[in-house]
Amino acid sequence: MSEEFQNDPRVPPELRHSVFITTLDKIYNWGRKRSMWPIMFGLACCAIEMIATAASRFDMARFGMELMRPSPRQADLMIVSGTVTKKMVPQIVRLYNQMPEPKYVIAMGSCATSGGPFKEGYNVVSGIDKFLPVDVYIPGCPPTPQALIHGFVKLHEMIEGQTIRDVPWYKEGVVDAIPVPALGPDLLDWRQAQEIAARARQIAEEAQEEEA
Amino acid sequence: MVRLVKSLEPSPGFPEGDPIALLQERFPDAISPADKGNHTGVIVESDRLPEVALYIRDQLGYQYLSSVTGVDYLDDGYFEVVYHAYRLSGGGPLTFKARTPREDPVLPSLVAVWPGADFQEREIWDLYGVRFTGHPNLKRILLWEGFAGHPMRKDWKEPYYEEEHKPFKSRWPQGHFAMAEERTPWGRNVQYPPDFTPEGWTPEGDAALYEGLLELETGHGNGKGLRTDRVVVNMGPQHPSTHGVFRMVVTLNGETIVDLEPVMGYLHRNHEKIGERNTWLGNMPFTDRLDYICSMHNNFGYAVAVEKLMGVEVPERAEYIRVIMAELTRIVNHFIAIGFLFNDLGAFFTPALYGLEERELILDLFEMASGSRMMCNYFRFGGVARDLPEEFLPLARELVENRLPRVIDEFETYLTGNEIFLARSVGVGVLPKEMAIAYSTAGPVLRASGVAYDVRKAEPYGIYDRFDFEIPIGTNGDIFDRYKVRIEEMRQSLHILKQALDQIPDGPIQAGKKAYQVRVPAGDAYGRVENPKGELGFYLVSTGGPNPYRYHIRAPSFINLTSLGEMSKGHKVADIVAILGSIDIVLGEVDR
Repeated sequence: MSEEFQNDPRVPPELRHSVFITTLDKIYNWGRKRSMWPIMFGLACCAIEMIATAASRFDMARFGMELMRPSPRQADLMIVSGTVTKKMVPQIVRLYNQMPEPKYVIAMGSCATSGGPFKEGYNVVSGIDKFLPVDVYIPGCPPTPQALIHGFVKLHEMIEGQTIRDVPWYKEGVVDAIPVPALGPDLLDWRQAQEIAARARQIAEEAQEEEA
Repeated sequence: MVRLVKSLEPSPGFPEGDPIALLQERFPDAISPADKGNHTGVIVESDRLPEVALYIRDQLGYQYLSSVTGVDYLDDGYFEVVYHAYRLSGGGPLTFKARTPREDPVLPSLVAVWPGADFQEREIWDLYGVRFTGHPNLKRILLWEGFAGHPMRKDWKEPYYEEEHKPFKSRWPQGHFAMAEERTPWGRNVQYPPDFTPEGWTPEGDAALYEGLLELETGHGNGKGLRTDRVVVNMGPQHPSTHGVFRMVVTLNGETIVDLEPVMGYLHRNHEKIGERNTWLGNMPFTDRLDYICSMHNNFGYAVAVEKLMGVEVPERAEYIRVIMAELTRIVNHFIAIGFLFNDLGAFFTPALYGLEERELILDLFEMASGSRMMCNYFRFGGVARDLPEEFLPLARELVENRLPRVIDEFETYLTGNEIFLARSVGVGVLPKEMAIAYSTAGPVLRASGVAYDVRKAEPYGIYDRFDFEIPIGTNGDIFDRYKVRIEEMRQSLHILKQALDQIPDGPIQAGKKAYQVRVPAGDAYGRVENPKGELGFYLVSTGGPNPYRYHIRAPSFINLTSLGEMSKGHKVADIVAILGSIDIVLGEVDR
C-alpha cells in the first residue's frame, strides 16, 4: 500500500483503506507459489518421506501443496522422489512432457540427484537431470521431511524471482517436448543418437585394429 | 474370521529321519552330496530334477518352496540353481541344487511342481540366462526384452565397472578420486554393443508382453450368444493405486478380469550386483533400502544370515534390542499397510493418516537409537551398532503399554465393522489354502489362507523361542482376513514387546570388537526372518574373502505377487486395486 495512493483524489475516500498496489509479477508469483500442486508420483524410499511430509505432523498443506494430483495434466510440480531407473525413465519423461507450463522439478534425495548409493548399478540413471531440467536438489538418503520442506521454501524463493517478461511459457513459439528415451540394448537418449553411433563405430574400429 | 493358534500344525505321515539320507536311498544315482567346501544340501542330476522335486514335495513333505536362486561359478564353468524347501510343521530346510554348464545353460522348470517358482525362475533367466524348459512364460522380469546380456553373470561388467571388490581405489580418501563417468567411453551409465547404430533401429517395446495377451482375445463371447470385446488395460507404472512403480496389464471382458500379468522392474536397483562388489558390512545400509518401510527388519535378516556363516553369539542385551526394534517395525508396517489398503478402497487418506501418526512416534524411537528415521542401518554382525539411549526404554514402555493398544483398538473399531469395507473385502481375492502353499506366498497372505506358518515359530531365530505369542490365522483367505490377520499381528507384537521390555538385561551389545571388515568363513547359508510382509531370506555364498560371492534376497513381496493373477481372475477391475493393497507390496523389495 502506498502513501500517496491514500491521498490520491482520483480514488474515492471509502476505498482508500482497502486498495493495495503491487506489481503484476508479485501478485502473480504469490498466487502461483501458494498453490503448487505436486504430481502424485512416488518412485522409491523418498516417496515414503514425501507421504510423511504430507501427513499431519509436517503438514504440507501449510504451503498450499497438499493437493497431490495423480494426473500430470493437473500438476505443476514433479517431485522425483527416488531412484530413477532406466526402465522407468521413459515414463518419467512422458509424464513431464504431459505437465502443462509453468512446471517445476524437485530432485528429492541423492538417487534422483546423482544416482546416490545405487549409482554404479547397471539399471540406474545417474540423476534425473540427465533428462529433465531440475530446479531444486535436496540432498539426503532419504531427506527428512524438514529437508523436503526446506526444498519447497527454496522453490518458492525461486518462483518469487521470476518475472512474466521473460518466463519461457509466455514466449512465442512452442517449447519442444523432451524426446522420450528408448529401451534397447541399453537406455537410448535420442538426443545423443549421433554421438552414440560415432562412438560405437570408433570402438568397433579400435577392436579391429587390436585384432590386426 | 481369524483365530489364534499357539503353534504350527504337525504334519504326520511323513518319514522321520534325515531327509538327505532318504533321498540318497531313493535316488542313489541322481543325488550326490554338495562337493564345495562347507556347502549345504545335495546336488541333483539336472535331468532327474522334476522327479526328485515331486518326491521331496509329496513323499518327504517339504511342501513349501521358499527360495529359488542361481549362482554363477565362473571358475568351475557351471551355473548352480539352489532350491530351499521347508516343511509346514517347522524345522530347517531341505536344500537341493542343480547344475548346468555355462555354455548352454538349460534346466527343467519346476513350475509344474511348485507354481511359486514361476517368477523366481524368470528372474534367474533374466539375470543369469539359464533357460527353464517347460516354463509357461519365460520372459525377462526385471529388465526389458532386448537388454544386452545377463547382468548377474560374473563376467558381465556394468558400465561403471571399476574393480571386482570394494573399497575401490578411486574412493580412497586422500585425493585421486575419479568420476565414474570418465571411466566409461560413453560418458554415461550406458554401454552398447560395438555394432549398435541408433539410426534405423526401432525399440522392441512391449510387443512380447502383448503377444500372449492378444492370443486370449480369440475366444469372444459371454456364453449367451452375445459377442463381447476383450480389452487390454494398463495400470501403472504411474498409477495412484499401485504403491509405487508397479504395472499390471489386465485383460478385461467388460469389467471382469480375464487375465492379469504383473510387470515389474521399474525400481530394479541392482541390489544383488552391487551387493557382490560390497564388503560384508557394506551391504547393511543397502538392506535398509529393500523394504524401505521395515528397514530394521531387513537388517535383522541379513545379520541372521551372516551370523549363520560366521557362527558368532549375540549378547543378551543386543538380542532383546533386536526383538524390540523388529516388533516395532512390524507395527509400523501393518499400520501403513492397512492405511493404504483403505486408501485403495476409497477411504482416501484418513486411515493412512491415523497410521502415519503412530509411525512418527515409533520412528522417533528409531531415530533416538540409530540416528536415522527411516534408514536405520542399526544392526551389526554379532550385535547392534550402539546401545539404547537412556530415554529410549521409558518412552518405548509408554508407547507399548498405554498408547498403541488403545490406538489399535480404536483403529479396529473404526474400520472392521464398516459396511462398505465388508462389502468390498469379504469373499474378494480369495486364495485357498493349498494354492497359498503352492504359490510360496508368505507372511499375512499365507496365514490369512489358514496356514499357521510363521518363521518365528517354525525356525526360531534370535531369541523368539523365549516369548509367548500366538499366530493369527484366517479361514477364508480373502482381503478381509488379510486385514484382520494384520490387526491381530499388531496385538501379538505388542505382547512380545511387553515381555521384551520387561526382561531386557544390561550388558554388552556387541560380540567382540567393532570392525569394518569381518572374516566370514567359506560356505553358503540361507538365513530367514519373518518380515512384516512375509519370509525374508538371504542366500549367501562366501569364499572366505572380504565380500560375498553370492548375495541373494528372497523378497516376500516379490514372491507373493506370483499369486496376484490367480487371486484377481473373475473379479472386477476395481477389486484388483484392493487385492493388490491386501498383499502389501513394497517396490524396493519386489524389484530390488
